[in-house]
Amino acid sequence: MKALNDSASGQAASPKVPATGRRRRHSTMAWIGMGIVGFWLLMAIIGPSIAPYDATAIVDTDVFSGMSRKFLLGSDYLGRDMVSRILFGTRATIGLALAATLMASITGTALALFAALSGGWRDALISRALDALISIPSKMFALMMVATFGSSMTLLVVTAAITYMPGAYRIARSLAVNVQAMEYVQAARARGEGVWYIMTVEMLPNMIRPVLADFGLRFVYVVLLLSGLSFLSLGVQPPDADWGSLVRENISGLGEGALAVIMPALAIASLTIGVNLLIDNLRGKRAAKE
Amino acid sequence: MNGMVLRLILRRLLQAALTLLLVSAGVFFITNLLPGDAAQAALGQAATPETVAALRLQYGLDLPAPLRYAQWLGNLLSGNPGMSLVNNVPVAQMIGGRLPASLMLAAVTAAVSVPLALVLGIVSAMYRGSTFDRVVNVSAVSLVSVPEFLVATVAVMIFAVKLRWLSALSHATDATTVAAFVKAYAMPVMTLCCVIVAQMTRMTRAAVIDQLRSSYAEMALLKGVKRTRIVLRHALPNAIGPIANAVALSLSYLLGGVIIVESIFNYPGIATLMIDAVTTRDMPLVQACSMIFCAGYLLLVLAADVLAIVSNPRLKTR
Repeated sequence: MKALNDSASGQAASPKVPATGRRRRHSTMAWIGMGIVGFWLLMAIIGPSIAPYDATAIVDTDVFSGMSRKFLLGSDYLGRDMVSRILFGTRATIGLALAATLMASITGTALALFAALSGGWRDALISRALDALISIPSKMFALMMVATFGSSMTLLVVTAAITYMPGAYRIARSLAVNVQAMEYVQAARARGEGVWYIMTVEMLPNMIRPVLADFGLRFVYVVLLLSGLSFLSLGVQPPDADWGSLVRENISGLGEGALAVIMPALAIASLTIGVNLLIDNLRGKRAAKE
Repeated sequence: MNGMVLRLILRRLLQAALTLLLVSAGVFFITNLLPGDAAQAALGQAATPETVAALRLQYGLDLPAPLRYAQWLGNLLSGNPGMSLVNNVPVAQMIGGRLPASLMLAAVTAAVSVPLALVLGIVSAMYRGSTFDRVVNVSAVSLVSVPEFLVATVAVMIFAVKLRWLSALSHATDATTVAAFVKAYAMPVMTLCCVIVAQMTRMTRAAVIDQLRSSYAEMALLKGVKRTRIVLRHALPNAIGPIANAVALSLSYLLGGVIIVESIFNYPGIATLMIDAVTTRDMPLVQACSMIFCAGYLLLVLAADVLAIVSNPRLKTR
């Protein structure tokens, strides 16, 4: 509760105190979010090497056991160590989502810059085509792709990227249209600079903050979509496992309240809430919105 | 209702029909992207090229894609989406058996979540910045950003495992008494509600706050009108359009949520049917289910837009 009050007063105060507010660059909530996101990113890199057991090794004679000193988060439906399962799953969860979000944001932003800069029929064509894509709900699109091609890591990344690219495009285009009208862009055009130069040197740096905030939000959507698919056993296929598949494979323990079901789900929640806290409370975003 | 509003609505309806047509083309072409086709899939790897060719002819797969699309669309519109590849039952029959259960789930969820979200949203807008508002806001943000299956598992843990009030599995078919009905629907509805209410509360709150910021609300405040009266008499009538819009949009999140919720509770609805169809790659069934979901989604978005047009006071005076 203290953290909540802190952040609220911090946000309320920051617009009024421009110079001295510098000490409080980011609110407490942003720091918490940064901590959570940093932790999981670190785990995605070093997780498998610090895991106490091998993720596939059956180490406990008891299935769905509770917390113990030997198995901090208990064991799964086969008697494998949950801490190790989750640590190994971090890489799949974050890696796939990061790859898909990068693809979506980069292509979306590039298309948006191109559309805003060229205007006319090119802009209209790209915008209308992507609008049509948006009218298929994301989960439906993903289910159809999996039904057609069968599930694989590549397909999951490509599907999630296609699903969330139009959204990234919309945000970036609305920003780019504004930036495009600025004098410095007009000046660059008058100088006869190339399209690529104007896009990357003149326009992109002036819209990068909202684009990055949107990247964070999109990352959350992708994590939720991919773990949802894995939960339906249509995402990451065994022997690989992301957090969504961990929930699914242990679902038989739900009736007895097994930790193995709830812990991977909590891991997903902590990651998505962490990203949300981070982008919602970064200094500047709120001021820009109001 | 005057001509202006009518024209706008007609235009929006036409646009919706066009979008649905585009979506149907999308569904058809995505599900036909793979080089291997339904005949090959139905017969398996061991089939001889001759039998595959014969079945292709029977399915009409030798025709060019646009023609097949037109044929498929025609069949779909006349209520005949084809035969299931897996168990050779008409797709229409399979869907007919499951659709009422899903619609029931959606209806019960809407009936519970809409009033709840409206009250939460309006009250938190009235007491903006208070502890109540902050608690509602933080829980809504958290609920929106966690997976539906976490909400579902936590609900099962609390109500089925710890308190033993409800069973973890849904048995909607044998719900004849009120108590049995509540027991059967409580878990899935509660989970779905959490997700929908969170969305709807946030949007309702935003719509009311938007009105409270306007100058007529400030005027009323300066005249010394009570806060409750400002919200109920001044802001709310003007916020009804945006709120109705928010309600319809939030309900479209039902479609995504229902897939996970039906799966976790083994609910015999159309979403579980579709997941099975995706797993067995039963394409006609996948296509038909996708079309139902997409149409439902577009219908809700359309409803949101029409409500916004109808309730826009600026269009009334002309």
